[in-house]
Amino acid sequence: MSHTFTLDGKPVPFTEGQTIMQAASAAGIFIPHLCYHPEFKPHGSCKLCTVKVNGRHTASCTMRAAAGMVVESETEEINAERRALTQMLFVEGNHFCPSCEKSGNCQLQATAYHLGMMSPHYDHFFPNRAVDASHPEVLLDFNRCILCSLCVRASRDVDGKNVFALSGRGIRTHLIVNARSGKLGDTDFTLADKAAQVCPVGVILKKRQGFAVPIGERRFDKAPISATAETTEER
Amino acid sequence: MSTDKKKLKVATTSLAGCFGCHMSFLDIDERLFTLLEHIEFDRSPLTDIKTVSPGTDIGIIEGGLCNAENVHVLREFRQNCRILIGMGACAVNGGLPAQRNHLPLTTILEEVYHTSPGLSNGMIPNDPELPLPLNKVHPIHEVVKIDYFIPGCPPSGDAIWKVLTDLLAGKEPELGHGLMHYD
Repeated sequence: MSHTFTLDGKPVPFTEGQTIMQAASAAGIFIPHLCYHPEFKPHGSCKLCTVKVNGRHTASCTMRAAAGMVVESETEEINAERRALTQMLFVEGNHFCPSCEKSGNCQLQATAYHLGMMSPHYDHFFPNRAVDASHPEVLLDFNRCILCSLCVRASRDVDGKNVFALSGRGIRTHLIVNARSGKLGDTDFTLADKAAQVCPVGVILKKRQGFAVPIGERRFDKAPISATAETTEER
Repeated sequence: MSTDKKKLKVATTSLAGCFGCHMSFLDIDERLFTLLEHIEFDRSPLTDIKTVSPGTDIGIIEGGLCNAENVHVLREFRQNCRILIGMGACAVNGGLPAQRNHLPLTTILEEVYHTSPGLSNGMIPNDPELPLPLNKVHPIHEVVKIDYFIPGCPPSGDAIWKVLTDLLAGKEPELGHGLMHYD
């Protein structure tokens, strides 16, 4: 009994219980993703990792691999859908890369590069979101939040602190801080928390170290995001 | 290359931009001479021609839209150019000028001309020659159709060169890793 499925025509081995994403990563094949992180239970919300399994759309981070599956990922059709999702993320927030400390190390930006996103295409929302600078060591810039929930999962499942949560529904969904004041400075959050390490964009930033790495030497200056199947390294 | 081939007419402008993208355009350095074998400049800060000729082949727009004149110029470009290229972060998403978008315009004008320390008898400029500011700064694709974008703040000379030479060769412009930058 062969434990393989095909991904874009290539056989990919898997072990029982592995998702398509896990098996692809282990085989060194990159599937674009933002809310998936190998150390956390999949959330399946960003839909960037959508693939076609036997002709049907599904999130590869939540779909268990099965023998004989025919999976398509790097097709013009699927990448066009991924690009549109990414463009929507850009216009819903305030993503001004030239003034963002995370630029060059940002998974949203690197994913947009990978997908060949030349412009955000849609009309911008230009939302008004205040930053939270109340914490002595960490700045929160909600303008860049893509609601991946990685900080929520890290704080709840690893740190055991429940510092973050997603509040509201639909287009009104937003990241909140669990404190009576709503301020990060009034929580027991620290830089050593796992939640401080997992933000794929520039929301959770260590203070007083912005732009420490020069342009040309940042993570995604050196290699495109597709060169690292498992994007575990965070800054 | 044939010299008798008709040169493509190229127009450029900077709207709500800082001319940094135009400086980057000049960073193609001696390749400008190669480019001039294939194109001639129409309206551009490089020629000081003030209007876009009908039948212009390529229009290159730096900057977003922060006032009524920007919108007027952009529409003139769209009307007269076969292909419009948005050059740089401000054209793509409003860029730095769009950082004012979460503030009401009146608050900004009040602060800049009335309440900032050191201003005496400050008045908000109202000469009829001055174009009226827009409530928000907008990227150019929100007003007219833009055919291609070159992202970057500014895009490198190499990125601008790649897009222009791809277009001259009749190819879909493509920026790979290293040339594609939003910052």
